[in-house]
Amino acid sequence: MRYWFPAGIFICWFGLAAFGPLLPLMPDHIELSKILLTPGHGAWLGYDDLGRPLWDRLVEGAQVSFFVSLLVVMISLVIGTTIGAISAYVGGWFDHVIVRIIDIFLAFPGLLLAIALAGLMGPGLDNVVIALSVIGWVGFARLTRAQIMALKNRDHVYAALALGAKRTRIIIRHLLPLVSAPLIIEATFAIASVVIAEAGLSFLGLGIQPPDPSWGSMIRDGTRYMLVAPHMVLVPGIALLLVVLSVNLLGDRLRDWMDVKN
Amino acid sequence: MLNFLVSRFFSAMVVVLGVSCLVFLLIHLVPGDPIEVMLGESSQLADREALRHTLGLDLPVYVQLQQYFDGLMHLDLGTSLYSKRPIVDILSERIPATLELAIAGLFVSMIVAFPLGILAAIRKDTLWDGGAMTFSLLGISVPNFWMGPLLILVFSLWLGWFPVSGKDGVASLVLPAVTLGTALAAILSRMIRSSLLEVLNEDYIRTARAKGLSERSVILHHALRNALLPVITLMGLQLGVLLGGAVITEIVFSWPGVGQLTIEAIQRRDYPVVQACVLLISIAYVLVNTLTEFVYAGLDPRIRLVRDG
Repeated sequence: MRYWFPAGIFICWFGLAAFGPLLPLMPDHIELSKILLTPGHGAWLGYDDLGRPLWDRLVEGAQVSFFVSLLVVMISLVIGTTIGAISAYVGGWFDHVIVRIIDIFLAFPGLLLAIALAGLMGPGLDNVVIALSVIGWVGFARLTRAQIMALKNRDHVYAALALGAKRTRIIIRHLLPLVSAPLIIEATFAIASVVIAEAGLSFLGLGIQPPDPSWGSMIRDGTRYMLVAPHMVLVPGIALLLVVLSVNLLGDRLRDWMDVKN
Repeated sequence: MLNFLVSRFFSAMVVVLGVSCLVFLLIHLVPGDPIEVMLGESSQLADREALRHTLGLDLPVYVQLQQYFDGLMHLDLGTSLYSKRPIVDILSERIPATLELAIAGLFVSMIVAFPLGILAAIRKDTLWDGGAMTFSLLGISVPNFWMGPLLILVFSLWLGWFPVSGKDGVASLVLPAVTLGTALAAILSRMIRSSLLEVLNEDYIRTARAKGLSERSVILHHALRNALLPVITLMGLQLGVLLGGAVITEIVFSWPGVGQLTIEAIQRRDYPVVQACVLLISIAYVLVNTLTEFVYAGLDPRIRLVRDG
């Protein structure tokens, strides 16, 4: 139970995102007779204010949240780890500058910087990915830097150095593998926060543009019809909650399993 | 102690300076011509040049930066493109509402988190503990742009207890504060639980119990006071997250604060106002964090002595 619930949700999410395009979905198909129809017989998750099927839109939204979060976490992971590792290993003034830059990025609470960036660059999914990666790398850089600082004076590093290994080889072959467990856990939690962040930006109208659905923009559309059609808010919200919850649970389990302290 | 205060103060100033620079650069880092985005593609060349000149964007970057910091020193953040009013005036109208919301959110999170965290710690591994931690996990996973509409649905539309949105008296503050406070309550209650559990194994707790003190007195006076230290740091850090989360919460509830102003300004392409809002919120965050560190150092001699020595 402890593993099956979150793993099951995660696999559903992945499955819908990966195989959604193969399903006969019509997320933009309007049926005027079914406007605001609540879930029930013949209308599996109901219809929205324009008469579009919510299930189809939900699946399309799953693709958006899955691929955006995957992309953002990968970009942030690569950039953050590289910067953090170099900063820690090289040290000196370079490290000082990087630490200051990290501090400055951390001074923007939560989504604020992403909201400002996405707002200034204009709406669109590509800008969401850029904005979220700009704030995403910092966490990975800080973690990698701290870990490598603690590891770089170990004997095996000096041994490699004595054998004539280059800096890049030491970082990639001798240091990064030791940092991978905490990084994987950080990446798992980052997926959960990027899913919320993408939906949040789309909720604010800064992310995906109509008619394409995102869970965030579906919730925003639904808030206008809550009295007559609460399912428009409930359906994407529950999907979002389940995905975030299961990713967080998986992160917790992973941390226990890999025995990493935060 | 003084050394510690001074060094913390200076590093906070460096961050404030960096944040200001980054906010200034935002408009330059964005690809494309900001003027064209603000006025639209069909705008006249003369209008564009006029706006470019008004905003000073035709000057060299270092002159712009100098003017920007000169303005900041005099609390002059420029003029709104939309309402043509000084931005400082607009901001000062909005700050009280956001402050009210943030304080109410913090209050809500504390009255939820303390009982919950303490209960979970003293009844460790019972149903109470499990329930409290499940709530905490849910609270972390629920985004506030869903929590808000959900609360509106139940308490405003179905039960009719609170107004749907807007700012009109204490009743209108309840739902936004709960929305904002939930995530913080979730994190805080976990922290209180783990911090209390650590302290409960200490010798002085056993001594307090051996003295025959009531369990209540042991928990509240001996355990909790020592367990509070890490909790205070977390609260300072999270107050900033609260400020960030306030943007979305304010939009959900049409709360007339700085967050709503930020989004309105983005929609109106009123870039100077966007910059001013982002600057205000993040500097407030830095200041709160620095204050927290001072409070922390004041409460725990180990911190200031170690740093001094």
